[in-house]
Amino acid sequence: MNVTVDQDKCCGAGSCVLAAPEVFDQRDEDGIVELLQSQPAAEHQDAVREAANVCPASAIALS
Amino acid sequence: MTSTIEPAELPGYPMTRAPERPFDPPPGLRESQRSGPLTRVRLADGATPWLVTRYADQRAVLADSRVSSDYERPGYPSGAPVQKGQAKIGFILMDDPEHARLRRMVTAPFAIKRIEAMRPAVQRIVDDLIDELLAGPNPADLVDAFALPVPSLVICKLLGVPYTDHGFFQDNSKTIIRRTARPEERQAASANLIEYLDNLVGEKLANPGEDLLSGLTERIRAGELTRTDAAQMGVLLLIAGHETTANMIALGTAALLRNPDQLALLRASEDPKLVASAVEELLRYLHITHNGRRRVAVADFEIAGQTIRAGEGIIVANDIGNRDPEVFSEPDTLDLRRNPRNHVAFGFGVHQCLGQSLARMELQVVYGTLYKRIPTLALAAELDQIPFKHDGSVYGVYELPVTW
Repeated sequence: MNVTVDQDKCCGAGSCVLAAPEVFDQRDEDGIVELLQSQPAAEHQDAVREAANVCPASAIALS
Repeated sequence: MTSTIEPAELPGYPMTRAPERPFDPPPGLRESQRSGPLTRVRLADGATPWLVTRYADQRAVLADSRVSSDYERPGYPSGAPVQKGQAKIGFILMDDPEHARLRRMVTAPFAIKRIEAMRPAVQRIVDDLIDELLAGPNPADLVDAFALPVPSLVICKLLGVPYTDHGFFQDNSKTIIRRTARPEERQAASANLIEYLDNLVGEKLANPGEDLLSGLTERIRAGELTRTDAAQMGVLLLIAGHETTANMIALGTAALLRNPDQLALLRASEDPKLVASAVEELLRYLHITHNGRRRVAVADFEIAGQTIRAGEGIIVANDIGNRDPEVFSEPDTLDLRRNPRNHVAFGFGVHQCLGQSLARMELQVVYGTLYKRIPTLALAAELDQIPFKHDGSVYGVYELPVTW
């Protein structure tokens, strides 16, 4: 799994951090998404899929 | 097809709930969802916007950049005449890029980690209010004694608003979100709150603290934000920060007391995951913002096989989307173990609730504490005697008489 995030699209709702805190974080200055791991380990992949599904701004892409 | 239907024959919107089922969306929404995919409704001013009732279509519409939240655009389905130039309360009625520019100025304080850091303080607020409730008269009104003070105290602390002014801002907020308020009443209440926040911003400019409003004064000094914008954002956050969560606390408690097996689960569990799941399920099930999320198309686009034309109004009824049987099995059953993280109680798209992490944390503390501390909590009135907010743009109860 390869994860990319689009910081321009992100609206800082934080849903991804809630779903997969090992993979996503928020920038201190404006709460916008920061990717911690672009190739998450197998045990985090379900959570990453959930994060992508609940992202309101479609800012997370999986390939 | 719908063009041949006379507006008078269309169902009116907002729709009415069945009196005996106060926790369920109006039956008319369920009918629209079954007959859909898209239907038309009639608003008070005679406008006939599209009504979107199915979950997948709702997410698609709210995430589409061809819909606008700008209520001054022709075709926006506000249901009432729009006065141009009237103060916009914050960025919820704006589009990107201006919406994103303003929203990003206040996003950091609501980031997950910042909100988690507030959890011990919220726990203390909840514990203290329960102590006071137990020491006071029995029966009591849970709204007045607990549901409203908890989020009001929290948002005051976060924004830097003195809690001693809570009567003033709670009363004006109530007027703004009451569907039956006259336009001039609502306008006056907005003006009261904007003036109040403007004064507060003025004080923070002179003596900045650590709070969110003080943070905004740095933007004002940097020339990125006008003082009026800052005051309007303050009003938005103050209203959204206390009314919604207060309704979730009181209405959620009423729903749990009517579902004793579910309440027993919550009371018996020490598992924070069950409490978190209960919060998501109550958000899904109760979906308190029952006025529809309103948009206007800015270009032609197709949804569920139907072309929506530029200038047509759209109402997305997320309350029935959260009861879509295609997505949630037995959608009308309250099941605290369901953990429906994909609900749309906070909306969808770039306007999705900014304060959702705060709301979640507050509700986790409340639902995880209140029923354990007061295991004998019970309604002190029959359900049909409880004043539900049928006339509010945010649903809930005006009072919740409880005993223990």
